[in-house]
Amino acid sequence: MASLRFQPFNPARWLLWGATAVLFLVAPLVFRESFALTMLTQMGAFIIFALSYNMLLGQGGMLSFGHAVYSGLGAYFSVHVLNMIGKGTIVFPVMLLPLVGGLAGLAFGIIFGYVTTKKAGTTFAMISLGIGELVHACVLMFPGFFGGEGGVSTNRVVGQPFLGITFGPAIQVYYLVAFWCFVCMIAMFALTQTPLGRMANAVRDNPERAEFVGYDTQKVRFLQLVLAGFFAGVSGALSCINFEIVTDENVSAIRSGGVLLATFIGGTGFFFGPILGSVVFIFFVVALSGFTQAWLLYLGLFFLAMVLYAPGGIASLIMMQLPVIRARRLRALALPYLLALAAGLVAFAGLVGVVEMVYRISDASLDTQMSLFGIGFDAKSARPWIAFSLVLAAGLAALGFAARHVGERWGAIQNQIQGKQP
Amino acid sequence: MEFFLVQLLNGISYGLLLFMLSSGLTLVFSLMGVLNFAHASFYMLGAYFAYQISTAIGFYPALVVAPLLVGAIGMLVERFGLRTVHRYGHVAELLFTFGLAYLIEEAVHLVWGRAAVEYRIPPSLEGPLFMVFTSQYPIYRGFMMLVSMSMLVSIWLVLTRTRIGLVIQAALTHPQTVEALGHNVPRVFMLVFGGGAALAGLAGVIGGNAFVTEPGMAAAVGPIIFVVVVVGGMGSLAGAFVASLLIGCLQTFSVGLDWKFAGLFARFGWSVTPDTPFATLWNITLAQAAPVLPYLLMVLILIFRPRGLLGTRDG
Repeated sequence: MASLRFQPFNPARWLLWGATAVLFLVAPLVFRESFALTMLTQMGAFIIFALSYNMLLGQGGMLSFGHAVYSGLGAYFSVHVLNMIGKGTIVFPVMLLPLVGGLAGLAFGIIFGYVTTKKAGTTFAMISLGIGELVHACVLMFPGFFGGEGGVSTNRVVGQPFLGITFGPAIQVYYLVAFWCFVCMIAMFALTQTPLGRMANAVRDNPERAEFVGYDTQKVRFLQLVLAGFFAGVSGALSCINFEIVTDENVSAIRSGGVLLATFIGGTGFFFGPILGSVVFIFFVVALSGFTQAWLLYLGLFFLAMVLYAPGGIASLIMMQLPVIRARRLRALALPYLLALAAGLVAFAGLVGVVEMVYRISDASLDTQMSLFGIGFDAKSARPWIAFSLVLAAGLAALGFAARHVGERWGAIQNQIQGKQP
Repeated sequence: MEFFLVQLLNGISYGLLLFMLSSGLTLVFSLMGVLNFAHASFYMLGAYFAYQISTAIGFYPALVVAPLLVGAIGMLVERFGLRTVHRYGHVAELLFTFGLAYLIEEAVHLVWGRAAVEYRIPPSLEGPLFMVFTSQYPIYRGFMMLVSMSMLVSIWLVLTRTRIGLVIQAALTHPQTVEALGHNVPRVFMLVFGGGAALAGLAGVIGGNAFVTEPGMAAAVGPIIFVVVVVGGMGSLAGAFVASLLIGCLQTFSVGLDWKFAGLFARFGWSVTPDTPFATLWNITLAQAAPVLPYLLMVLILIFRPRGLLGTRDG
């Protein structure tokens, strides 16, 4: 997206980063409940993880199914260092523990990256999956270091307090995560501007040409993966401090899949995409899982809808509006957007009804008498089934109609904008 | 000797099952360039459908109906999902099937619950087939081998002796030419994708009751068939066959053996004590390491022969 240009001072960029820093500072003051604070802390750690994943998928064109290996192993190494600090074997500030995780991630990036980056594309995807499974199986094989099924637990309140910071209260952990998240965000953004970051893009887009220019594509992929491993390790260490336990789930395929989902939903084409994706993903995981057992189904459906209809993710949907806003034509689109949103909500309500009823009927331990959207009904009777199916069908039909309408308007406005500025 | 023969037979029957899965994956991959992440999910669907059908009307109808149902679902997925994302490239297709695998697993959770279902071997196929020295060899294992072998032979016949098979083979290498000759290549894609799904479904029908039918079965077997495809060589059916048997035997043999490095060292007069460096590593038995072996094999193949055992493509 960004073309090469000489711009020693970019006020918009400074404004954005400044706003991000302020957001990190005031977020826990706005959302005061402890539930919100847990969620914000998890989001911070996951943002680093997703951004590091996007160094592979978005910037390097490497679809990895085993990225949790680096964050998970980083977490395991930091949990042992934290325990050693607790026993007094070594003296090390807890604040710098993410560096330990990062270095572990980096080291394993060097080891596994040598094998995985031999190939690109689909083969890379399969090999990364294999490495992920290999590590996960090994973690269960060596209970001495990895703690087997139960994992390794720890206590983060160890060592000498620094300026009164013990990391006992959750708010202190939040600010630790926020600090590291901000630093890592800047570092990863800076990396995209380096020659390596640029070459990673070139290798993603046209490996043959990159080779003709004189770069070793495997080396570029390797370096990119090693650096991504470092940041993944940092996020692993932060989640280890936050949860005070590291289990085999940290290196599992579920976690690797999760970061892929989050990054893709957010959008791989823009630097800030994975940040949005992490916020949405953690919201799904933490908030929605409290409401319904079918949250993974909703997440999967959301992901599939994004793959089918918005492969650029949320970030690209936002960036697409910028030229329209600049041309002051957003108002013409407001009504169609609202229509589409309303239709989508109706369809979603129908879907939720059907899914929740299926769930009630299949789980014998649950009562089929249920209530949804404030309406009480019996999932075994035919009437709610007919009603929700009708709502779903009507919503989908309306959504199709609204989407066509948006498309027509969109095309007309694009033509106008391009007509004005040839 | 007895141990060797029994494990060999088990290995071959498991390997044939793996080949039923990996052959569909390989065909779809070489024809469409799509790595179907949801392939193992079709295997799981086959097992669950067979469970549902066999409780209603019996196992033998299920043997036919369940794969057909799974194949139909596969065709629908290709027609309304994959064909839409095709224009966004292979990564989008891969991601689509990845999301689909997620969705199928959740749908199975929703419909059949999180615990394993009681999908049993039919009574007519219980009991021993023959004796291997002192141990019995179950009929069902033989039945599995029979089904997979007859399936493989019929696929081979379809691919080499029929008109549609020749069109598929031609479309593998020269899709444009085939299209120019007036064949409907997208429909060939749809048929092959549905056929691959049906094969996976059939593997699920006969594998589901031999092993266990639970929501985690797709995630358990999925990575293994990817390993098979990488080890055999991407896009090579013969390679997939060799690799399936190899990995099938590797897994069944290693589960029954308690060899460890410490024992090997002892032959050379070195004894491993708890103080020896990496003592835990040397004391891991082969049986404990069994889940890791296919992946280790894959890593070794990638280092020493990156194109796979019988692969022709580099990259």
